[in-house]
Amino acid sequence: MHSDRAPLGLKVAAGLGLAFMHLPILLIFVYAFTTEDKSYQWPPPGLTLKWFAVTWGRPDVWQALWLSVKVASISTVIALVLGTLCAAAVSRTKFFGREVISLLVILPIALPGIITGISLRSAFNLADIPFSFWTIVLGHATFCVVVVYNNAVARFRRVSGSLVEASMDLGANSFQTFRYVILPNISTALLAGGMLAFALSFDEVIVTTFTAGQQQTLPIWMLEELVRPRERPVTNVVAMVVVLVTFLPILGAYYLTRGTDTVAGQGK
Amino acid sequence: MSMQAVSDRGAGLFGRLSDTLWRRPGLLIFLLILPPAAWLGIIYLGSLFALLAQSFFSIDEFTGIIQYEFTLKTYAELFRPSNFDIILRTVVMAAAVTVGAAAVGFPVAYFAARYARGKWKAIFYLGVMMPLWSSYLVKVYSWKLILAKEGILNWMFETLHLGWFLNAYLAIPVIGGNSLSVSATGTFLVFLYVWLPFMILPIQAALERVPHSMLEASGDLGARPAQTFRHVLFPLALPGVIAGSIFTFSLTLGDYIIPQIVGSSRRFIGQAVYAYQGTAGNIPLAAAFAVVPILLMAVYLWIAKRQGAFDAL
Repeated sequence: MHSDRAPLGLKVAAGLGLAFMHLPILLIFVYAFTTEDKSYQWPPPGLTLKWFAVTWGRPDVWQALWLSVKVASISTVIALVLGTLCAAAVSRTKFFGREVISLLVILPIALPGIITGISLRSAFNLADIPFSFWTIVLGHATFCVVVVYNNAVARFRRVSGSLVEASMDLGANSFQTFRYVILPNISTALLAGGMLAFALSFDEVIVTTFTAGQQQTLPIWMLEELVRPRERPVTNVVAMVVVLVTFLPILGAYYLTRGTDTVAGQGK
Repeated sequence: MSMQAVSDRGAGLFGRLSDTLWRRPGLLIFLLILPPAAWLGIIYLGSLFALLAQSFFSIDEFTGIIQYEFTLKTYAELFRPSNFDIILRTVVMAAAVTVGAAAVGFPVAYFAARYARGKWKAIFYLGVMMPLWSSYLVKVYSWKLILAKEGILNWMFETLHLGWFLNAYLAIPVIGGNSLSVSATGTFLVFLYVWLPFMILPIQAALERVPHSMLEASGDLGARPAQTFRHVLFPLALPGVIAGSIFTFSLTLGDYIIPQIVGSSRRFIGQAVYAYQGTAGNIPLAAAFAVVPILLMAVYLWIAKRQGAFDAL
């Protein structure tokens, strides 16, 4: 039947849309190899691997990368704990204020980042808290909770209550039930949520500019280079590496949740 | 009975604690919810209210010292022509980006929901997820490369001998400028690019729920494809479009990095907030400016809720 084949116009429009979303990122890959170091000249006058070596030898890039990894790891751990607790409570029972809690979790990401950032900064000011590693983590963990929560709450709903009751009937206490029954059931959702939280924190710049003070995470380092370009080739290489690094958790999260989502879709 | 059996066996502190939690689910919920609620309530809401409170203070124009007395003076300053222009400009940009993202995103979402199968379904899914999650700054940076005077877009126009067209376009006031990277059009393109996936995903979710048979019925009853789109498909997709527009609208309202890197010197709300709280040290006015997107989004969400957009999220 002809209605199962897409009209040509739609195919072209959809293809152009996808191309529009991907070509700019691919362009960065070309620029990472260009020999031109003063401008964004296209087409590149020549190709070289030199800038990878230059970037490798830059201590400021390594420092920024290391800070970003540390912040993202600790924020992810905090978000995992808080997000899972919240999802467990919300999915278990209907209790007073349940809607309020859901709203509270989503708010940090629903409101523009600049509002979260400036709120935190003015609160730090009022409370005389100096900027440190922990002020960055405080901000990041706050907006990472929602990612873990979203992943966990969907899975908790699918863990049937009778499994938990069966475990208790067989003599396990609450902690054993959590360790041996609930955790294995929700682990892939948590892993996926954790990966996304890591990617979110690793990339965050808007809130971080307000909570970092003089410290440089990798995105802050890039922002500095964007506003006042000093070494374009190094920026190109860092940008390419960041793209490759953030793709891994996304692919990972996709493969971890793919099977379950298909099952849920078939159930409809 | 079974509870009794468990508690007999579960000796020790953990056992007793476990039993208490099982018997009193309310306590368990309370203990589960306490850490996240405390974290978000104290750190997030606390800061948010601290900010809102500051917007009711004012700054002494001569000494530059913040006066901690309740006043609406700071809010009145928002309606000064120079400040009100910033708000108006931001809202117009957010609306334009929303309409643009819906127009570009709809075909992608429709194809993915209706025609893509098997391998292509996965390609389209990842094709939207990858740009959504890839680094925000890298995406902005790539457009700095594209829009630069010596960059690929100018090169394409020159190669196709269309340089005159680009120059004529850039000569238009307001949307034009010296080059694309310092024009409002450039800012629009970057906003559109960066927020596009946020529009596609909810539209796709809404379209997945439109039964195939409904479109066929419309065709059987004599509707041309354009009529089917206008009277059947689009109304059913509208909640998805509105859900997507919540993201594109809210994200554009609050962004201060994109217009700073690609765009003219005319400021947006985010830049105003950033400038007033930073070098100017006028935290009350920055706070008042920050309230504007919150209020606009509250109104927008209220309208969206009435249109049933939240079911499509």
